[in-house]
Amino acid sequence: MARSMPSWRASWAMPETGPLPLRWPCPGSGADGEWALAVPHGGALRLLIVPPLFDEMNRTRHMLVALMRHLGVAGHAVMLPDLPGCGESVQQFAAQSLNAWRAAMAAAAQAFGATHVLSLRGGALVAPSNLPGWALEPLGGDAVLRPLLRAAALNLRATGKQANSAALLEQGRQHGLTLAGYSCGAALIAGLHGAQPAGEGQRAIALADLNAAEPAPWLRQEPAPAPALAQALAARIVMDARA
Amino acid sequence: MSQITSASLDADLRALLADVLGLTAARVAGFTEQTPLFGALPELDSMAVAGLFTALEDRFGFILEEDEIDGDLLETYGALHAFVARKLGHA
Repeated sequence: MARSMPSWRASWAMPETGPLPLRWPCPGSGADGEWALAVPHGGALRLLIVPPLFDEMNRTRHMLVALMRHLGVAGHAVMLPDLPGCGESVQQFAAQSLNAWRAAMAAAAQAFGATHVLSLRGGALVAPSNLPGWALEPLGGDAVLRPLLRAAALNLRATGKQANSAALLEQGRQHGLTLAGYSCGAALIAGLHGAQPAGEGQRAIALADLNAAEPAPWLRQEPAPAPALAQALAARIVMDARA
Repeated sequence: MSQITSASLDADLRALLADVLGLTAARVAGFTEQTPLFGALPELDSMAVAGLFTALEDRFGFILEEDEIDGDLLETYGALHAFVARKLGHA
């Protein structure tokens, strides 16, 4: 049947530079490892992206995939792994800790042959500290915990119970605690408390430096694309990597 | 952080609500002092309230005390505006 190709075929084919699923060996994930989205083939820059923690990961996903496309088009290789316990991971969220995430991101960097790392927000706490690169609006662990503890306190008070962030933090450090629907183990909460980003060779980038006229996607309670931010971030990374 | 005037506070606060809650500019422009927020906007659940508090701290450079973290603060647009003005020493 020599008919013209149905139009849906066009949207089927990923462009050669587009992100594709890729498996990587992750400690604790068994023989099959974990999935990442990656542009695997590329030039001098091989970038590992460490996403933000908790819901900020979901809110920035669209922007990060757009960033990967830009970098792919520019000839660079990029990998966006899920943190263990998040996204498509086979691991339990409740079993995670900052140390587990650090070990996982180090394994991802090694498997991918990463030359650089870009972390976002709380992701800076678990990014490989030995790689050069960038940290976009990096956060300490207390800043990661604050809105989560406040939301938990508000929820409890709405049901007429006494609750405050300090008591909830102590409870979480001892016994674990469900925060914003995430079942957090005691190790994760204790690890976040007081944690500071440790990337020595990584430059902190403030959102304002990028001049993208868009709200911070991680602050949006209703996720939305951030095309200008993706473009500005890609341009900044390509420019810095050349220098 | 640049000085926030009373006049710009209203515009900044509306823009922040639009950004964080994904509301249209037209919708936030229509807010009056009496427009109810918490409990009236489906976008504003407890996680969004906590996120909004964080965004307020980021934008206006103050820290909220534990006893200020309360849904009542977001009962109406006017209540929120008055609270932020008070924190900034405008009222």
